[in-house]
Amino acid sequence: MKVGVITFPGSNCDQDMIYVLETIMEQETVPLWHKEDNLKDCDFIVLPGGFSYGDYLRSGAIARFSPIMKSIIEHANNGGYLMGICNGFQILCEAGLLPGTLLHNNNQKFICKNVHLKVINRESMITSKVDTDKAIQIPIAHGEGRYFINDEGLSLLHSNDQILFRYCNEENEVTPESNPNGSIENIAGVCNEGKNVFGMMPHPERASDLNLLNVDGKALFESILV
Amino acid sequence: MNQTEKKIVFVTLKEGVLDPEGVTIEKALSQMGYSDIKSVRTGKFFEIEIDASASDIDKTINEVSSKLLSNPVIENFEVEGK
Repeated sequence: MKVGVITFPGSNCDQDMIYVLETIMEQETVPLWHKEDNLKDCDFIVLPGGFSYGDYLRSGAIARFSPIMKSIIEHANNGGYLMGICNGFQILCEAGLLPGTLLHNNNQKFICKNVHLKVINRESMITSKVDTDKAIQIPIAHGEGRYFINDEGLSLLHSNDQILFRYCNEENEVTPESNPNGSIENIAGVCNEGKNVFGMMPHPERASDLNLLNVDGKALFESILV
Repeated sequence: MNQTEKKIVFVTLKEGVLDPEGVTIEKALSQMGYSDIKSVRTGKFFEIEIDASASDIDKTINEVSSKLLSNPVIENFEVEGK
């Protein structure tokens, strides 16, 4: 598979993502600068984490109008695969490619820690190889990660099976205490109705190298490559 | 130099969207003794200078407000005149 990783001004997880895809997953990986206007025939596009444009205005709001976004929106509308992590998720929500949006954490703090996730949609392209019997542990690092969507949008997420992950405790139970940022229904990741655009706040690329003693995130990349 | 017209755009969170910054400010005010203040909501405003001879000024300001300055999922905007 040929994977493209976009770098926006202020992205800071792009190199980690390229390392995991290229060195650990052994995929052809193409770095793409946000000013480029084509995706160089990549099959799968990743929008990595970071602080594009310094999070000015709202996180992701300005990157959403970067030149490369035209090709990305076209790619998504043609059924092409696309995944946004953290700031990438925020950008995809701002672009309207994913429903809802991400607001400041309810405790007004930047949170950087390991959290547990329960896989909700077990059939999606990014979760099919994940062991869903137990909670997976993946770090979060964000100030604006509180997922919000209105009631109407939320019921559509339910009926279309678009919720990918929920924050949970070590026992794989979704509880109010395991919600780190006040996200509605503990939602940590969603996909679009067409199931070809994915977004999540936790960082699977930070949990994919055995040297870091946690490879729970690697199963997501293995799912993509099946 | 062309004359410019000033427009002010206010962006506020929609009702029902939690505003933790506003809640924190409200709590601080009540701690300071302002017990009559029951709620504080934060927002943003933008001062925009636009060429006064441009056509469709109101349309342009509305367009940029809904496309970039606010996110319709969570925010409302209001434009104030000259």
